[in-house]
Amino acid sequence: MTAHSNVPRTPPRFSATFDPATLAEIRRAAATGIYDIRGAGTKRKLPHFDDLLFLGASMSRYPLEGYREKCSTEVVLGTRFAKKPIHLKTPVTIAGMSFGALSAQAKEALGRGATLVGTSTTTGDGGMTAEERAQSQTLVYQYLPSRYGMNPVDLRKADAIEIVIGQGAKPGGGGMLLGQKISDRVANMRNLPKGIDQRSACRHPDWTGPDDLEIKIEELREITDWEKPIYVKVGASRPYYDVALAVKSGADVVVLDGMQGGTAATQDVFIEQVGLPILAAIRPAVKALQDLGMHRKVQLIVSGGIRSGADMAKALALGADAVAIGTAALVALGDNDPQWEEEYQKLGTTAGAYDDWHEGLDPAGITTQDPVLAARLDPVKAGRRLANFLSVMTLEAQTIARACGKSHLHNLEPEDLVSLTIEAAAMAGVPLAGTGWVPGQTGGY
Amino acid sequence: MNAVMPDTTFDLGTTPLRELNAALHKASAESNARRWRVLNPNGRHAVAVGIHAPLTVEIEGNVGYYCAGMNAEASIIVHGNAGQGVAENMMSGFVHVKGDASQSAGATAHGGMLLIDGNASARCGISMKGVDIVVKGSVGHMSAFMGQSGALIVFGDAGEALGDSLYEAKLFVRGTVKSLGADCIAKEMRDEHKALLHDKLTAAGLAGSVDISEFKRYGSARNLYNFHVDNVDAY
Repeated sequence: MTAHSNVPRTPPRFSATFDPATLAEIRRAAATGIYDIRGAGTKRKLPHFDDLLFLGASMSRYPLEGYREKCSTEVVLGTRFAKKPIHLKTPVTIAGMSFGALSAQAKEALGRGATLVGTSTTTGDGGMTAEERAQSQTLVYQYLPSRYGMNPVDLRKADAIEIVIGQGAKPGGGGMLLGQKISDRVANMRNLPKGIDQRSACRHPDWTGPDDLEIKIEELREITDWEKPIYVKVGASRPYYDVALAVKSGADVVVLDGMQGGTAATQDVFIEQVGLPILAAIRPAVKALQDLGMHRKVQLIVSGGIRSGADMAKALALGADAVAIGTAALVALGDNDPQWEEEYQKLGTTAGAYDDWHEGLDPAGITTQDPVLAARLDPVKAGRRLANFLSVMTLEAQTIARACGKSHLHNLEPEDLVSLTIEAAAMAGVPLAGTGWVPGQTGGY
Repeated sequence: MNAVMPDTTFDLGTTPLRELNAALHKASAESNARRWRVLNPNGRHAVAVGIHAPLTVEIEGNVGYYCAGMNAEASIIVHGNAGQGVAENMMSGFVHVKGDASQSAGATAHGGMLLIDGNASARCGISMKGVDIVVKGSVGHMSAFMGQSGALIVFGDAGEALGDSLYEAKLFVRGTVKSLGADCIAKEMRDEHKALLHDKLTAAGLAGSVDISEFKRYGSARNLYNFHVDNVDAY
């Protein structure tokens, strides 16, 4: 239109610091005066298992024949003190998720899926439901600060006890189940009025610190006649010391949850800004066990962003005894499925991004207590999908292990791995691909 | 010392704790051994935990942490002081501490009665879920924190932040309260509350021992039941 029309113009450019998501959050905060609460785990990009590769066998190592030579997968948990350790056919378990956060149908489906492949599932805050006990061959009963639904009858019905110190999505944080998900049944199980926000404390009510925990573990063992394995679950923050103290306190099993691990409801700032990615936490945890002479004697379960058999194989290669999945299990059941896209759109989101699990409006019927929505999930079919997914994870891990010449998944080792990035190389303690360089080997955590 | 001879006596000075708890767990309402006596507890932790039968257990001395933990149905009498978390998560039954109790007495307990003749320390009745707790002395700070249901009855005084973040637990204090916690308020003592207090004291065998009109009632203001940003200063 003018003489300047042919002059190249600088195109609109978003700030990397004030990117569109940041600007939107500032506007949202300004409009509401309250932080954002959501479900799921961290969404930021983090160094992760994708940054690692297996080397595979070649001239110096012999691979095993696929479909012919055995690659074992079984794992025994709780061999240190428990009279009745847990025997799993595959080293992938289902992480603790509460009835309340999830529908009864979803909990039942998790139990069905886990049982079909010979692994365990875990209760959550709010206690044990009859459905999940009935459908879970091996059920781990969580012992949480709130003690909602905690009772000795269910404790004796459990196959193992998991004392929860923290979780990866919010190390140092308690829980919150908002009033809209508090149905009559949920309220009754938690001894609280219907419809009010149910806060779960961040510290246990009757012990403080590892010296007390040792006494608490002794009490739980005495109550259950030393039969059941006792797990201690920590969110990844100071894994070397936390694992060492859990061992000192008498744990049979340590569960280590990275910041990618999901939650039913927490502040976004907590999910995104507190804790360690699981990749950075495994080696310090394993080092603590090795320094104490307890590696493979106190078993280590890691979780937080495990999505595939490759992730499982990498976690095991770094020294874990098993992995746990939460978000991936929900997706296998049907969470965030595109078949509900129209309804996700009505909620202002899209399939794959839905994370308002605390609102109880889940179109897939999983993170809800609405009976109409919950009825959408067929526990038998959903359990079958989960079993299929768990089988695929196992097959994938076996494929990798055979290629590395391993006759058991536990024979995978850090020497089978290299890293694609300097960051992941430092965190995982494996060399940068094509080099012998392991950054950050200065000692200390 | 006891009017009725015990059916079974365990001396923890010579017998491992494991044997005591295992034997208590095997006992049932049909067992011949219904009266148990425990000698020389000497501050041992986890004494008489996880009982689920209508037994009577008399413990002759001081106990450590978690005595009578998760008790169901049993009557457990401690002739001494009790360490942290006595009767934690009790479901039913009766636990009587003749001396003082350390912190977190009756924590998360769902039912039954916890009677403490002496004082209780901090966090007495923390996260209580239906238990009735009677303390003839005083209780420490943060008592009944996040108390969900049941009654805490204190003949003496209460420390700082009584009933912080309280749900529906009912608190009765005869003496002074150093301060109330977030969302805990003094409430009118109506006739139904006096009747409730009388019933609880009767259950504890203490009816008539104190003047009910001397107690004040405290409960939840219920302002923090659903999060609202205007209450942010309370958190």
